[in-house]
Amino acid sequence: MADAKVIPFDDDRSRGGAVQRPQRRRGAAGRRKSGENAPVREVQPLPGVGPTQDDEPVHHEQQPPLPKDDGGLERRVASGLNFLRRRLTGDYDVDDFGYDEELTDQVLMSLLRPLYEKYFRVEVKGIGNIPKEGGALIVANHSGTLPLDGLMMQVAVHDHHPAGRHLRLLAADLVFVLPVVNELARKLGHTLACAEDAERLLGQGELVGVMPEGFKGIGKPFSERYKLQRFGRGGFVSTALRKGAPIIPCSIVGAEEIYPMIGNAKTLARVLGFPYFPLTPTFPWLGPLGAVPLPTKWTIQFGEPILTDGYPPEAAEDPMLMFNLTDQVREQIQHTLYKLLVQRRSVFF
Amino acid sequence: MGKVVLVTGVARQLGGRFVRRIQRDPQVDRVIAVDAVPPAHHLGGADFIQADIRQPTIARVLAETSADTVVHMDVTAMALGSGSRTTVKETNVIGTMQLLGACQKSPTVKRLVVKSSTNVYGSAPRDPAVFTETTPAKSLPSGGFAKDAVEVEGYVRGFARRRPDVAVCVLRFANILGPTADTPLAAYFSLPVLPTVFGYDPRLQFAHEDDVIEVLRLASHDPVRGTLNSGTFNIAGDGVLLLSQCSRRLGRPTVPLLLPAVTWAGSMVRTLGVTDFSPEQIRLLTHGRVVATDQMRETLGFRPKYTTAETFADFARSKGPGLLPPETLAGAVDRIAALSQRGSGHPPTPSAN
Repeated sequence: MADAKVIPFDDDRSRGGAVQRPQRRRGAAGRRKSGENAPVREVQPLPGVGPTQDDEPVHHEQQPPLPKDDGGLERRVASGLNFLRRRLTGDYDVDDFGYDEELTDQVLMSLLRPLYEKYFRVEVKGIGNIPKEGGALIVANHSGTLPLDGLMMQVAVHDHHPAGRHLRLLAADLVFVLPVVNELARKLGHTLACAEDAERLLGQGELVGVMPEGFKGIGKPFSERYKLQRFGRGGFVSTALRKGAPIIPCSIVGAEEIYPMIGNAKTLARVLGFPYFPLTPTFPWLGPLGAVPLPTKWTIQFGEPILTDGYPPEAAEDPMLMFNLTDQVREQIQHTLYKLLVQRRSVFF
Repeated sequence: MGKVVLVTGVARQLGGRFVRRIQRDPQVDRVIAVDAVPPAHHLGGADFIQADIRQPTIARVLAETSADTVVHMDVTAMALGSGSRTTVKETNVIGTMQLLGACQKSPTVKRLVVKSSTNVYGSAPRDPAVFTETTPAKSLPSGGFAKDAVEVEGYVRGFARRRPDVAVCVLRFANILGPTADTPLAAYFSLPVLPTVFGYDPRLQFAHEDDVIEVLRLASHDPVRGTLNSGTFNIAGDGVLLLSQCSRRLGRPTVPLLLPAVTWAGSMVRTLGVTDFSPEQIRLLTHGRVVATDQMRETLGFRPKYTTAETFADFARSKGPGLLPPETLAGAVDRIAALSQRGSGHPPTPSAN
């Protein structure tokens, strides 16, 4: 109790804490010293004393600070427990694609955010180009050996868009073959990159993200960085045309340098069933440590939307128009990439 | 003159319920219930005829009763009682062929309703997330009930081509659940501990038994104004449940196993004959399957009473609590919440300082 007598000079809050601390300490000491009798006496007061017994003054002293600054923490604890309760009893909703909005907002985004804010220090430009509502197709360049750029784009939209929209990414089929990865991808709202799924999502008025370069873009050697690869067969354009959804070109700078791919172990890739097996200056030579991405500075720029609702319905079947629009989107992304590269001071800052 | 409805597969609970229900419809005069074995449950006032649909006798039954509506419910995944997989397959495929052959010969048949399953889509990681009636399966099911269903639907399409005057309705049901359902998935959810595939959380969709009966009735009668009840329709409750959600709501713990281990264990269990843990079911529990029900709503004009979650809740109620009842878990969390609230001044304050 000697400690408790010293502390009261302090303000109310630390006093409340200080009153508790010696109690606990004494309890522990008593348990250690005198065995069975002491803990019974010590444990009983703790729940009993607080609300009921002769501790009226202590109770008063403790209460005032609560609304002031413990309110936030307490609410967080309460909502956390509420969240835990819902998760444990399975009382939450997922959509037809398996998108678990609650888990994404509360857990998965918080896990990605440090990477986004602290590690890559992503700078977002032109977020206002994403419409506030209705279906839209974001088309971005793809790079970086591992699809971190897609995830960062998702965080960017999630955290910065004024209407709090969620980006639904279209992912390669490999994602849905791999265990754990497919589970997380579905819960993050990703789905297979195919016309059916994209059309369904756009029809529901969702914001869909696609990286039409696919494995060609993400698995290209370091020497070809920021050179856009072929945009698939332009399927994304006909999907957008069919749904009349605007296409928003998006350029991501910084992802190219996270894993400079200087070689590709093709035989190993074939054995493992992967489209490529990257060799970087650090991976696989340094083992798991070599898989740590370089802390580059990223910029994500959303460009002016390209509207598609002015075309007649049969336009989606017109290959010439499709190729023209694909080229237009591709050139706009490439152009923006070059502009952002010129503005960039350094890869890391 | 009212209708004469012939129903196959009445020895099963679902068939029996349907027979009892459709008799109460005013436009139905007579219901003929057909199965190879006599049912354990009563069939109301229906005439039961013991006939094996794998035999040509079914043609005579059809001719003698001059049925005008045939509801084929004898397409099932699980054997009734102690039948083997071969019998089930024969009943599914040969039975359907015989029945369709009989229908083709019959001048009175005007309407055919076939109970199929969404198993025809298979389930693979490279499939779109949501199947519509026109989505072709990426990998055709190589065996088991799914292959039966695909073949049955093939024969039904052939029949529809040869008899364009007969209205044919194929209903692809998602996993049927309910208090009395005897589907493989219901058997799986009855296990005390659910083996799952590590790293996969499949999306599942359920159709409630009551809705199954209702939609079969809807398809057996003349279409309501503004709707069309011939064609192929997916039938499922609204919404999706993940397997993890199911196990938590059921209160049954899961044991995640690696995929090869699950396949191996499945084949072992099958050899022992404990439960029908078929490869297609393992695929379903790995990749899941979700179907679009827009056609069901817009064309068929059917609105299921139960959503997927409600269907599952009804099923869970009938199963009784598992090892980890959700109420207990919720209660435990509530107690922690109450503790932290009562001790709000105590432990958090020092740590906040």
